[in-house]
Amino acid sequence: MFYRQAGDFKSSYREDLQTFALKQDRWAYYALLVVAFLVVPFIINDYWASAVLLPFLILAIAALGLNILTGYCGQVSLGTGGFMAVGAYACYKIMTSAPDLSIFFVVLLSGAVTALVGLIFGIPSLRIKGFYLAVATLAAQFFLVWLFNKVPWFYNYSASGQISAPERTMFGWAITGPNAEAPVRYLFCITIVVLLAWIARNLTRGRIGRSWMAIRDMDIAAEIIGVDPLKTKLLAFAVSSFYIGVSGALFFSVYLGAVEVGEVFGITLSFLILFMIIIGGLGSILGSFIGAGFLVLVPVLLKNVMVNGLGWPTDIAAHIEFVIVGGLIMGFLIVEPHGLAQLWRLAKEKLLLWPFPH
Amino acid sequence: MKGLKAAGIAMVAALTSTTAVADLVFPSLSYRTGPYAVNGIPYADGYEDYLTLVNERDGGIGGVKAKVLECETGYNTQKGVECYEATKGEGALVYQPLSTGITYQLIPKATADGIPVHSMGYGRTSAKNGKVFSHIFNYPVNYWDGASHAVNHILDVNGGDIAGKTIALVYHNSAYGKEPIRTLEELSKKHGYKFTPIAVDHPGQEQKSQWLQIRRERPDYVLMWGWGVMNQVAIQEAANIRFPMENFIGIWWSGSENDVLPAGIKANGYKALTFHGVGSDFPIFDDIKKYVVDAGKAAGAGDQVGTVLYNRGLYAALLAVEAAKVAQEIHGTKDINAAQMRDGMEALVIDNAKMEALGIPGFGPEFSVDCGNHGGPGLGAVQQWDAEAGTWSLISDFAPSDMDVIQPLIDEDSSAFATENKIEMKECA
Repeated sequence: MFYRQAGDFKSSYREDLQTFALKQDRWAYYALLVVAFLVVPFIINDYWASAVLLPFLILAIAALGLNILTGYCGQVSLGTGGFMAVGAYACYKIMTSAPDLSIFFVVLLSGAVTALVGLIFGIPSLRIKGFYLAVATLAAQFFLVWLFNKVPWFYNYSASGQISAPERTMFGWAITGPNAEAPVRYLFCITIVVLLAWIARNLTRGRIGRSWMAIRDMDIAAEIIGVDPLKTKLLAFAVSSFYIGVSGALFFSVYLGAVEVGEVFGITLSFLILFMIIIGGLGSILGSFIGAGFLVLVPVLLKNVMVNGLGWPTDIAAHIEFVIVGGLIMGFLIVEPHGLAQLWRLAKEKLLLWPFPH
Repeated sequence: MKGLKAAGIAMVAALTSTTAVADLVFPSLSYRTGPYAVNGIPYADGYEDYLTLVNERDGGIGGVKAKVLECETGYNTQKGVECYEATKGEGALVYQPLSTGITYQLIPKATADGIPVHSMGYGRTSAKNGKVFSHIFNYPVNYWDGASHAVNHILDVNGGDIAGKTIALVYHNSAYGKEPIRTLEELSKKHGYKFTPIAVDHPGQEQKSQWLQIRRERPDYVLMWGWGVMNQVAIQEAANIRFPMENFIGIWWSGSENDVLPAGIKANGYKALTFHGVGSDFPIFDDIKKYVVDAGKAAGAGDQVGTVLYNRGLYAALLAVEAAKVAQEIHGTKDINAAQMRDGMEALVIDNAKMEALGIPGFGPEFSVDCGNHGGPGLGAVQQWDAEAGTWSLISDFAPSDMDVIQPLIDEDSSAFATENKIEMKECA
């Protein structure tokens, strides 16, 4: 009744193939962008930025990256944390060795460095598949974390082995460092997120994305119809690692400011991002966002409800939080194994017909 | 639709935390869950119980009630940041995160926000230099002092000559565990011992290969910078390879009851450093029993009173309260803010008369803080575990560390931090 297709006519193929085919979806999307860029920066404070929005946006980029590799190209990776660490350390090294370079380019360059590293670790994917590849990427995870702990050059020989982001500005505004204002950090991240999500969407629905999906669905058939598995898989690894590297660079420089590789970029982070795309929806751009939102926001929400709202002891709240989040994950996956994005798609389909489904 | 909207508003309300500001707020970034909870719980209990005691017995600090805002970090840096952001807007006076990682995280943030951080016996050692780290305090001791205390103890045992001996360091592979390495390297140059660092990765439940290495290389002494479950495992492993316990010395974070009890009688003779007294044989514990435990106001399960880490949490709260009193005096107001609290911490003097008046005579050494020295004199002692009696006892006096070696390192590290972050050195009178 309220959400409908009636009267929404398409007169060209171009219009028919657009991302948001329904007028209402399109308007909702534009409205969301307006709110994100023009409203949120004026009401955001340090707590909202540091505890909620920045981790959500930055992990959404990582989830996008992993979704390209795992969701679209079918290559399971458990090395996400390690690749984010590559992005973070690349960012740190570039920041400290080229202090005058704009932080925006530093972040992109960190992504490029990670893409190269990802390419190297992607080579085994040509020979090994499925769980075996997952184990190979697991090796990457442990190797990279060990490397950044072991070689002092990566952390500029600091006594504690920590890296911390010096202050860098863009257009006179501090983006990193302790003096960066919440709205500036937020705007910096959301700009990158929107840009990367737009690129990802257009990559995945074009020739490249289709070749990834062909490899995912059946690699032998894909090879027979002329998809080069070498190029396709390596490209997926490179693009995915680029996203994950950008995410790692932002995670370190804009969000945390100081990082200790073993603690922040450990195997738990890899699993967290893998869970994000499984819960959000494999092979879905929207799913990456929903999954990141679910796993970042729900724990904070539960904690605030239980500790600040109900006044429970913090340890009980923390334990119950594990139980509830775990239960929700299982619940959602039982109801809809294709993730929350699929749930959303079905809801929309039903809503289009509502209240006269016949 | 309406339901959705209401849910949305509820969600926004729930994500934004609000509490009225009226009391003196002491956030407690504690961890009662995860692999470090075994050490986090007693500390958090001690911290909270002391503030409860001050409220119940004295009616607050100078008449203003103290309020503890507890936030669970799980020893995780990200959650620590979230806790910091969630509590800093509520008038937080001082942060004591009990985590070196979180302290590193908070050093720039809290300095920018003008809130002091007190990392008592942990955190960044060079924060001792108050000229660079204006809002960071690490009195009364720091890790480099600890490293020196351990070496001094070994020197004492060996009659002052340890040339040719080997000392291994089993450390938590993080900023925390890496802190003493520089100092131990410098000290090895001075005293001529051979130094081997051995890393243990978070959380430290698996240390077979590390202790195999120790068994093979047979170092004369093993030092440990461990925390949480890592301590228990290390002591158990040391017992398994029959490493002589009296040659195994932990930092003060590796010397609580929880760390030695799992190894049972085999842990007898294990040594650890400390910077305060042990046991519950002080008048203040009668007050705690009367006003806090028996009144049913004890934090947590209330079963930790008198343990090493409970005492340390209590000591941390006590120093914070004393600093708040000094701040109230300096600024002539009862309702102090974070900036005034900082001034109070910088002018803090703890002497025996004060400790006596507070009901814990001789619990900790005398010290004072000033503008240039945020770390105090760095006095420490050695305690030893008696597994039969199940008690720790001090086996040395509180002695100073080797500042000839440490001070240049502090100056070097803090000035590197100052240049990296473009901090102007503060002038101290």
